[in-house]
Amino acid sequence: MTATPAEPSHGAYLDHAATTPMSPAALEAFVAELTQTGNPSSLHAAGRAARRVVEESREAVAAALGARPSEVIFTAGGTESDNLAIKGLFWGRRTTEPHRRRILVSAVEHHAVLDPAFWMAEHTGAEIVLLPVDDAGRLDLDALRAELAAKGDEVALISVMWANNEVGTIQPVQEVVQIARPYGIPVHSDAVQAVGQVPVDFAASGLDALTLTGHKLGGPMGVGALVAKRGLPLTPVLHGGGQERGVRSGTLDTPAIRAFAVAVTEAVAGRAERAEHLASLRDDLVRGVRAAVPDAVLRGPDPLADPSLRLPGNAHFTFPGSEGDSLLYLLDSAGVQTSTGSACQAGVPQPSHVLLAMGVSEEDARGALRFSLGATSTPDDVARLLDALPQVVARAQAAGLASSARPGASPRTRPTATTGRPA
Amino acid sequence: MRVLAAMSGGVDSAVAAALAVEAGHEVVGVHMALSRNREQFRAGSRGCCSIEDAGDARRAADVLGIPYYVWDLSERFEDTVVADFLSEYEAGRTPNPCVRCNEHIKFEALLDKATALGFDAVATGHYAQVVTREVAVAGPDGEAVTRTVRELHRSPNDAKDQSYVLAVMGQERLARSIFPLGGFASKDEVRAEAERRGLSVSNKPDSYDICFVSDGDTQGFLKARLGARTGEIVDTEGEVLGEHEGAYAFTVGQRKGLSLGRPAADGKPRYVLEVEPVSNRVVVGPAELLTVDRIEGDRSVWLADDVLAAAGWEPAQAGPVPDGAASAQVSGWFDASVQVRAHGAPVPARVRAVVGQADDGAADGARTEVELTGETLRGVAAGQSLVVYQGTRVIGQSTVQRAYRAQRAASAAR
Repeated sequence: MTATPAEPSHGAYLDHAATTPMSPAALEAFVAELTQTGNPSSLHAAGRAARRVVEESREAVAAALGARPSEVIFTAGGTESDNLAIKGLFWGRRTTEPHRRRILVSAVEHHAVLDPAFWMAEHTGAEIVLLPVDDAGRLDLDALRAELAAKGDEVALISVMWANNEVGTIQPVQEVVQIARPYGIPVHSDAVQAVGQVPVDFAASGLDALTLTGHKLGGPMGVGALVAKRGLPLTPVLHGGGQERGVRSGTLDTPAIRAFAVAVTEAVAGRAERAEHLASLRDDLVRGVRAAVPDAVLRGPDPLADPSLRLPGNAHFTFPGSEGDSLLYLLDSAGVQTSTGSACQAGVPQPSHVLLAMGVSEEDARGALRFSLGATSTPDDVARLLDALPQVVARAQAAGLASSARPGASPRTRPTATTGRPA
Repeated sequence: MRVLAAMSGGVDSAVAAALAVEAGHEVVGVHMALSRNREQFRAGSRGCCSIEDAGDARRAADVLGIPYYVWDLSERFEDTVVADFLSEYEAGRTPNPCVRCNEHIKFEALLDKATALGFDAVATGHYAQVVTREVAVAGPDGEAVTRTVRELHRSPNDAKDQSYVLAVMGQERLARSIFPLGGFASKDEVRAEAERRGLSVSNKPDSYDICFVSDGDTQGFLKARLGARTGEIVDTEGEVLGEHEGAYAFTVGQRKGLSLGRPAADGKPRYVLEVEPVSNRVVVGPAELLTVDRIEGDRSVWLADDVLAAAGWEPAQAGPVPDGAASAQVSGWFDASVQVRAHGAPVPARVRAVVGQADDGAADGARTEVELTGETLRGVAAGQSLVVYQGTRVIGQSTVQRAYRAQRAASAAR
């Protein structure tokens, strides 16, 4: 059986930042490997064959990212890599330098970084410092300098994402590394959204650890990696069979790892060309949204002013007077799939901590919608969105008015007329 | 039609959504999140508001093949239903939060948002029937035109009938609501329908308690939100019999939880007769003083224009009453039955609608006056919902403002 990836189902798929369709090459590798038997930790022939696949994959991932193979730790994805980085670095450091208790993270990190950091604060005596960002979501480097000048010798680690998942802002990661270096503080970056979209070179970045995941770049879900410098003190989070140099136990998922490596290789090799294609589509989308809905506010750096500050596939707007979940529903029923961009709690979108950190009011933040393009995006997808948008926004605004009506504002039915007047 | 199916995660709303789909409507499922701090798992009989319930609703929508969304109405719920619940108890009244939820959340916030988003109707799993009929009425130029009249009726399933809590929605909202379970005679039938469709909620237990009082302890909830306020428990002569920690925690007709040290002189059980919020006093006395044969309600909502018209309520006569108008506008008395509790029995009464100032200057103009013509009622508290029926048909709904002790009982007590 030959598997082919299905078209992203149900119309225009503008949510590649949530997950991407699998690339045909990755899918082929995945399916082929699923037919094989062998635990990479086994010493017999079948085990050796599987081990070879894993190590070749490790070399491929390392080569694509400017890292050494021994620096690649396979994990079950972005969240696990971030947890390993935050907890592992904090604990690893604590043995030798117990006074380093501060964890510095940007205020716009993904929950996979923020939540382990706050968990460490609650359970292990860490102190969290949220580093502020400007109104485009870009890290305030002066705030970082000031923080380190004041208490640099108490900092255990710094984590600043390479690019933001909601508003697409690219962070000054290299500057962070340079600022941190004199203090001897390890720096981690969540590059889940960046790999395959912008150039990512681990060695050149000077980073100590970097997170990436398969399903945001054409690979399968449930596989990713933490790239970590050799010699970095990393305490394991998962204990067991001692795989991945004892840092990450658990039987290696050979098919997923092979498909992941194929996807990373492909995404990085085709990056420049794809980025150009995405940026051009995205710029059309931004211009089109502005024309269709003049009061929509672009959030994050304006790509038409300086494309280098933003992911090429990302656009993000707030629509005044509308609620993001109304927009999402109406576009979904018009066959256009988007996201409010922020985390849900049991399906309820929460006002985005990223937008709030950028100084957006809670009310404006409720009207957020993210459009994210990927390898399979076409001008048709953008056209479908722009076709549907004016009517969708008008409707969502009406619904916003209906649901913001305060109690008592709606007329009560009284026995003052018998003609069934609409309330 | 484009129908929004409100899906709590329970079996009733799941089957209601299924029936809406099978009726050929274009259906979207929506689960209302009514609290920001939801429990992870359902506990006991509070089966509507946990994250597990939201998951059950999502699975039901998957099985039905319909889109599913969660709408966050928690702020609105807190501002209306919970705020009303607290302020009513604080005012010495006995609110029905399910009625207020239907009034402000399901058939206002949800329905209005749905309408704005392009839906024609909201479907819920309530047990009640909507009966439509065509009537000839005079058009603007005196010509005869046909108008569709929607009547709200009780469910044939007496035990489950929810017309009592739905009456508050009024006529216009009724026209945008559908109750696919209206014709079901028993809950077992509904469960069987769920099972037949492979809906995993078919065996889920029923929910009964107030959904936002997570442990079922209403008094504890009130105390936590309103604070303890010590006051006196007195008899009808004003003699102090004991102390309480907040008059708001008592309900007219309540017998348990008075913790009075000594028994009444006649040895009969004592009941709460009145809750006085200003003096923070609770008045107790014998059961016969709870007997009521006349009730006044305010905030009235009418669902039967024809009944009011037959009682002499002319549209021209019933215009808005100017501020400070001396006299009230009053309909004629009509025969009906009234029900004052969700699972109470209806009792015969004569009823009239009043617009304008009450004798005592009560502020709200849309009042209902009720005189019981047969059995009396016991322990009717202000704040309770009063629903007027003719047979199975809902005529109107009002909130009890005042209940009058039956004369014969009052004189017997003296």
